[in-house]
Amino acid sequence: MSQPPLRPGSLLPRNRSRDFALHFVVAVLCFLACLAAVGALAADRAAQGWSRDIRGEATVQVIPRSGETGASAAARAAEVLAGVRGVSEAAALERDKAEALLRPWLGDAPLDDLPVPHLVAVRLDPAHPASGADLRRALTAAGVDGIVDDHDRWLEGVEQAATGVRAAVIALFLLMTAAAGAVIAFATRTGMAAAHDVVEVLHLTGARDDFIAGLFQVRYARLAAVSGLWGAGAAAAVAALVKVLGGGDGLTPALPLAWSDLLAVSPWPLVAATVAVVAARLTTMRLLREFE
Amino acid sequence: MPRKAAPSASQAARKAATTEPVVRFETVGMRYGRAPEVLKDVRFTLSPGSFHFLTGPSGAGKSSLLKLIYLAAQPSRGRVELFGHDVQAVPRQDQPFLRRRIGVVFQEFRLLDHLTAFDNVALPLRVAGQKPAAYREDVRELLSWVGLGQKLNAMPPALSGGEKQRLAIARAVVNRPELLIADEPTGNVDHEMALRILKLFIELNRLGTTVLIASHDRELVEASGMPVLKLNEGKLTRQRGADAA
Ligand SMILES: Nc1ncnc2c1ncn2[C@@H]1O[C@H](COP(=O)(O)OP(=O)(O)OP(=O)(O)O)[C@@H](O)[C@H]1O
Ligand SMILES: [Mg+2]
Repeated sequence: MSQPPLRPGSLLPRNRSRDFALHFVVAVLCFLACLAAVGALAADRAAQGWSRDIRGEATVQVIPRSGETGASAAARAAEVLAGVRGVSEAAALERDKAEALLRPWLGDAPLDDLPVPHLVAVRLDPAHPASGADLRRALTAAGVDGIVDDHDRWLEGVEQAATGVRAAVIALFLLMTAAAGAVIAFATRTGMAAAHDVVEVLHLTGARDDFIAGLFQVRYARLAAVSGLWGAGAAAAVAALVKVLGGGDGLTPALPLAWSDLLAVSPWPLVAATVAVVAARLTTMRLLREFE
Repeated sequence: MPRKAAPSASQAARKAATTEPVVRFETVGMRYGRAPEVLKDVRFTLSPGSFHFLTGPSGAGKSSLLKLIYLAAQPSRGRVELFGHDVQAVPRQDQPFLRRRIGVVFQEFRLLDHLTAFDNVALPLRVAGQKPAAYREDVRELLSWVGLGQKLNAMPPALSGGEKQRLAIARAVVNRPELLIADEPTGNVDHEMALRILKLFIELNRLGTTVLIASHDRELVEASGMPVLKLNEGKLTRQRGADAA
């Protein structure tokens, strides 16, 4: 007598070509979601770095009074500012450094005759930075005329950009999740139509709706998890490549990737599987109502 | 659910349960969509342990009547009772438990082509939540009882008509149903095999299963000597010893 199989066969028939298409779509969606997540982390880090730099600096343009050279006015201003609480360092910018700042705009033209502005670079105490108003008050008290730029305008811009990136990533996430849900619901529907006879026999031999829905849930959760792993793995590989090729700091200052950012891909296969379970269950339970 | 009679149930209650009709039709009418009725004023009862044939010309409504019993269709009027329950009053989530008390041999078998013979027979047990270790031996024994002991791992498309028929029968009886419904179970086999299948049903009936077989194999019906319900254009007439409704 022949032996019965050790493991019972899968109750739902397989369709390799249809499953392959679904694998592909879910893997691509997961890949894109992972890249977006890693990109968002890097963008966030960049924004934080910029705002830290910006917050820690101020520039003062000194206007010399009559009978005073620009250089001496700047030196006096630097001395005054260095004594303000919340300032860790203040130094007059030497003429050649100021010229260097102008070079990109002026090219090779001789700058000797040009009234190059007299600048004082101020580094603020990162723990308790002095405000622009503090600096202004100190200058007025010491009788120095100057225009204080505390870089607030830039900070606002950077923070706006960071908020924009975060919002875009959340929108992207919702969109990918909805797309994955829709594609799995669609696959469940076609899968159920193809397996109509099988589902009907299960139903007529006393299977509960839960049992039948469970078969589809397990099938699509497994499929989504596997394709999710492929997508996440590919995204991690791409991110690692970007980091390695972009030098030690990643696509340096623009997109500073850290190795730990790659961990952002890890929850996505689970998210894909969860979406699959929900989509498959809702679809199956609805379609099963058609059976008496 | 109905099946779970408490083990402490009194003898009297148990006796009442066994004499209650397994199937009862009262002025049942049935139609598909808006088409004319295919069953008209059908009334009959099947008492526990009985054995009936259901005959009638092709298109008379035999399969439709059986569908009402195994809950694949609803009557459009009248009342169908199964094991004492009005089927239209049974909530959807409880219907599977009624279905599990009925074994069905479908006219077109409805075997699952992607599963082995063994897995096809085990299907009703898996669906009811049994583990392979629990049913392995039973299924194997049943398959050899229907003469398929050498075909455990065969796929249905590779089986002959008669083998498929016996596989379908094995699947229908594997969970020891209280009621066995068979729709043309000898339609695809020669007379000798038909007699063997009949003997199998009679043996099950002796073990207590109520049996209803739709067939227009006149010779077989005659040979059995069992009571006959006759359908003609949707109307049921009793012949030869069938219960009065
Ligand atoms: N799913 C369906 N939809 C619409 N009409 C149907 C359906 N199934 C059966 N019918 C119709 O109901 C009538 C009875 O069919 P049924 O299958 O019950 O007959 P039967 O007695 O089993 O016939 P046979 O001996 O050929 O199997 C027929 O006229 C048939 O065309
Ligand atoms: Mg029929």
